Amino acid sequence: MIDRNLNKKLNIFLTLVDKPKAGIPIAIKDNFLTKGIRTTAASKLLNSFIPQYSATVVNKLEANGYSVVGKTNLDAWCHGSSTETSDFGPTLNPWNTDYLSGGSSGGSAAAVSAGIVDVAIGSETAGSIRGPAAWCGVVGVKPTYGRVSRYGVIAMGSSLDCPGVLAKDVVSATKVLKIISGNDPYDATSSNRETEDYELFLTGNVKGLKIGLIENYLLPEMEKEVVDKTLGAIEVLEKLGAIITRVKTLDPKYAIGVYTVVQRAEVSSNLARYDGIRYGNDRNYFGQEAKRRIMLGTHILSSGYQDQYYKKAEKIRTLFNKDFDKLFEGFDVLVGPTMPGPAPKVGVTKGQSMFGEMADVLAEPSAISGLPAVSIPCGFVRRLPIGLQIMGPQFSEGKILNVAYTYEQNHPKF
Amino acid sequence: MDIKALAKLAKLNLDKREEGYFEKQFDETFKIIDQFENLDTSKISETYSVIKTKNIMRDDEIDISRILSQDEALRNAKSSHNGFFVVDAILDNDR
Repeated sequence: MIDRNLNKKLNIFLTLVDKPKAGIPIAIKDNFLTKGIRTTAASKLLNSFIPQYSATVVNKLEANGYSVVGKTNLDAWCHGSSTETSDFGPTLNPWNTDYLSGGSSGGSAAAVSAGIVDVAIGSETAGSIRGPAAWCGVVGVKPTYGRVSRYGVIAMGSSLDCPGVLAKDVVSATKVLKIISGNDPYDATSSNRETEDYELFLTGNVKGLKIGLIENYLLPEMEKEVVDKTLGAIEVLEKLGAIITRVKTLDPKYAIGVYTVVQRAEVSSNLARYDGIRYGNDRNYFGQEAKRRIMLGTHILSSGYQDQYYKKAEKIRTLFNKDFDKLFEGFDVLVGPTMPGPAPKVGVTKGQSMFGEMADVLAEPSAISGLPAVSIPCGFVRRLPIGLQIMGPQFSEGKILNVAYTYEQNHPKF
Repeated sequence: MDIKALAKLAKLNLDKREEGYFEKQFDETFKIIDQFENLDTSKISETYSVIKTKNIMRDDEIDISRILSQDEALRNAKSSHNGFFVVDAILDNDR
């Protein structure tokens, strides 16, 4: 049974399932279609939308003994990194309700963090799983682009969107990732590569593993404690036999621009379908954030600006891919802090049109290159959790999960 | 940037306050995007997709499990008539 008072206090679920089927409880971000269960994307435009079919991810979970208990809050249309753009108000951080849970998968992160469920489904375009996982002190797994089907997920940035997992520990995350991964004929961008048995990778051994610590992810403006806790976590892996080398990547600040351009362009196209005719309310129900993104995307894609912005962004995306390819020739995984700091206070995003893009600066480079990444809790700063992120080449989910697992099993008490 | 023209293209209704607000915010956003100029991409091609697979085809067969009945398809529509979606008229019927 879900504690309704706790849910009300934290504003986690937008819809609770009246009588969940027998099974392992799981919370689903409200941008995944669930047959017969209201799905809103946290926008009043879809306030009373009841999907006629379920997302592939949901079907796979139900076929494997999981039961949907509710739909979690998010930034409206996933537009944000705070849940403050939700038309239903923000989800509060279970560690301290004066602070944000992060976003866009903030409801899913908080549902796990508050102990309501062991596992929740989220999605990430650039930081939307890792960010809230770090701020709420849970494990967040953003798979390789194309590893998990997008069918039935309300589209945001189609060349970036990745369904993934938020969980109380690495083993629970791994089990669910294994279930939801795999080819789906209904999603032409889903990979036909066979899914590996990720659980077999969880050996707890990182001896000889070559880890690149991304030096320039330790941003000059970061609090010293964030840097110290991050380095402390990496030291744990070093003591267990991993070989740590400091590396530099292409400046992540360029990823902010690439992400902004690509995502706004894809948003303007994806949200064109909301005409209020076949389902949902009309376009007057879009909130300010959605309008802003649609407008900017429309501008970026208009003739005369396409080369200047859109094509240029996609070229810089290539530079990021090449940069990562080169690094992965010498390293098994790359590590760094997940976010520049712990969760900020509720209300901080007011008037900040680029809040999410700036907050997610360390997640954006790997997201635009379609890489898998895990965020694992690595301590507290000002009594708020922070995360260590582990990134790998495409389809190296098993490897990065093992690094996270090894750290989880061996770190000293926070 | 002509905010009003963009809003029309995107089929959005903006109030006066929003128009001013967006204009200012877009300037801020383009300050970040304009940093692109620091990077030389003259010999670089675009990455529109990071997937390595190409030309995904399927047999041209109807997948019955995926088809919605007419009733189901219309279930979320604001207005339907004789099994069809009702839309606003787009043609002038005066002449």
